[in-house]
Amino acid sequence: MSDGCGAPVQGGTIDVSTSETVLEGKVLSAGTPVGGAFVRLLDSTGEFTAEVVSSPEGDFRFFAAPGSWTVRALHRTGNGQADVSADGPGVHAVEIAVA
Amino acid sequence: MSRENVLVSAAWSEENLQTPGVVFAEVDEDTTAYDGGHIPGAVKIDWKNDLQDPVRRDFVDREGFEKLLSAKGISNDDTVVLYGGNNNWFAAYAYWYFKLYGHENVKLLDGGRKKWELDGRPLDKEEVTREATTYQAKEQDLSIRAFRDEVVDAIGNKNLVDVRSPDEFSGKLLAPAHLPQEQAQRGGHIPSAVNVPWSKAANEDGTFKSDEELRALYAEAGFDGSRKTIAYCRIGERSSHTWFALRELLGYEDVKNYDGSWTEYGSLIGVPIELGSGKEA
Repeated sequence: MSDGCGAPVQGGTIDVSTSETVLEGKVLSAGTPVGGAFVRLLDSTGEFTAEVVSSPEGDFRFFAAPGSWTVRALHRTGNGQADVSADGPGVHAVEIAVA
Repeated sequence: MSRENVLVSAAWSEENLQTPGVVFAEVDEDTTAYDGGHIPGAVKIDWKNDLQDPVRRDFVDREGFEKLLSAKGISNDDTVVLYGGNNNWFAAYAYWYFKLYGHENVKLLDGGRKKWELDGRPLDKEEVTREATTYQAKEQDLSIRAFRDEVVDAIGNKNLVDVRSPDEFSGKLLAPAHLPQEQAQRGGHIPSAVNVPWSKAANEDGTFKSDEELRALYAEAGFDGSRKTIAYCRIGERSSHTWFALRELLGYEDVKNYDGSWTEYGSLIGVPIELGSGKEA
């Protein structure tokens, strides 16, 4: 467990316990991964919940809860967002296209 | 206190990278971002290794802070401009920390690394060395730092501002949603606290909202400007961001940051804890 509040390394694979709800995926621009994008997790009301920076391979990951979420990416080359619905614990995949 | 005295824009910063007497410092918990590219000429401050005592849960002492700033080439007269990732959380923490040890001229780069990067401003990997100084710190200014007993005493009579996300406030989550959730302490919040997530004080690009927007935000949450205030979060860095908004931008005089925050309070034996949305606006 991190004793700070900064984000852990994005990407790679992690062990997800049966109680955790993980939202993860890539930020893409015309199909190419975008690293260094600011990826924001917004709840079902559009309220900010968390933010990470995508890895050089475009990966991001959030530890959320079941429900409807929006992931929004900001990058100097453009912004984009996608909705994801997590019906229960486990890993839920989502991609964000920025333009 | 006004905005111009405590906050500088990315544009101003880019024009003043070479200005004598102005030192840029990047502060983060994870300093790999700095190593991968930083604002030209900026020194690196590692939130954990440079600012925290390696053994006890506390800050480096006055002498340790003097040693750190001397080695970084920062003198008492310098204007220090702090910035970092994570929407400037750790930079805001460092700002509060510099004030704690009495540094006169310290400013926050509005929007931090995020705004700088989104603007496409220059970053480089040059190693930065500055000539060592003989920095002299003051005794900690405890008028801006709250400890646990004071926090318990503040229940019901001071503004307690919990700046964590609503799910952390209610006890549903024990950490922000970008972190794994295994934790030792109990969930919930300090009774009588209002919940104003730090993120509500910032725009999407990481810059602070206007004074008018900030004033409306805290008023709406039930913040009483005539009372003394203590801000807290999980480990004290997000609440530094809100401490900055309340004291440095809005000018409320008696505002303290509780750096022990939830990881201390939520582990104390016998203190009251409130669950659910409480008095959340």
